[in-house]
Amino acid sequence: MKNEWPLWEVFIRGQHGMSHRHVGSLHAADEESAIKNARDVYTRRNEGVSIWVVEARHIAASSPSEKGPLYEPSESKVYRHPTFFDIPDEVGAM
Amino acid sequence: MSAYFEFLLRMGDNTLILGHRVSEWCGHAPVIEEDIALANTALDLIGQTQLWLGLAAEVEDKGRTADDLAMLRDAWDFRNVLMVEKPNGDFGQTLMRQFLFDAFHLEMLKGLTTSSKPRVAEIAAKAVKEVQYHVERSGDTVIGLGDGTAESHARMQDALNFMWPYVGEMFASDDVDAEMLSTGIAPDLTQLRIAFDAHVGAVMADATLTIPDSTFAHKGGKSGFQHTEHLGHILTQMQWLQRAYPGASW
Repeated sequence: MKNEWPLWEVFIRGQHGMSHRHVGSLHAADEESAIKNARDVYTRRNEGVSIWVVEARHIAASSPSEKGPLYEPSESKVYRHPTFFDIPDEVGAM
Repeated sequence: MSAYFEFLLRMGDNTLILGHRVSEWCGHAPVIEEDIALANTALDLIGQTQLWLGLAAEVEDKGRTADDLAMLRDAWDFRNVLMVEKPNGDFGQTLMRQFLFDAFHLEMLKGLTTSSKPRVAEIAAKAVKEVQYHVERSGDTVIGLGDGTAESHARMQDALNFMWPYVGEMFASDDVDAEMLSTGIAPDLTQLRIAFDAHVGAVMADATLTIPDSTFAHKGGKSGFQHTEHLGHILTQMQWLQRAYPGASW
């Protein structure tokens, strides 16, 4: 449709989370109405304490066709995972 | 009928009838985001209705419940202002009605948060947060559509012209309002009108819309003297289940 509003990606910070997480997308005429729409569409069940919206066209994304060169090299480097260390109890939850 | 009971009916009937009207958009709004937003508003209003009519039933003390008041009264017993029973029309007319009511509702609830009746103050404190959002949303939409395309501007001006004669009733003081004011239960409607005019004037200026130069006001809703022909139709739809299957619940 020619008169379609722009697409926005919505990020919500939950009650207990420290970071904003992508929850979905929606259409809106401008950023203020995008936040209002996000409030109405994605926080109806008390999900969030903070909303970010960004117009989808401003997101630069990696290309699925470059999956090989981008991600495969890390598959063989298990030593990058900190699973070889014993964590002292005094450290507590990480 | 005590003035206090009647005042509570006015609050609850306004939110009940407008909530029902707005719910008629569910599944029909122009875009899904607006559909959900309107449904949220309708649900907020129905939730407020439960509180106002619940308190009204207690004050009346005749064994009726909020449900009885909502579902088993006939048109002449309703005390909502005429504006909220007006048909939805197009999306612009719905949002214009919403904004004009929200702007009144916000000032009324703000005033009620310092009511001499603690229960009234508590309900108002809960509701005012919801209505603060309603009026922001409806106001922004009125501005967006008013200051939009030639088509949307014309529709919003038509909507304003259509709804304006129903504004006056919200602020027209009668014996019930006078008693609410003198007992400290509810705020002074003439003061509310000043705040309302400032708020609505600013939004209409941003929306490039012209407020009609008329103080004519249709009346008869909040006194129950004469509702529009639309109220009976709303009630047949809203109440038919309880009328057809008395006491039905789930």
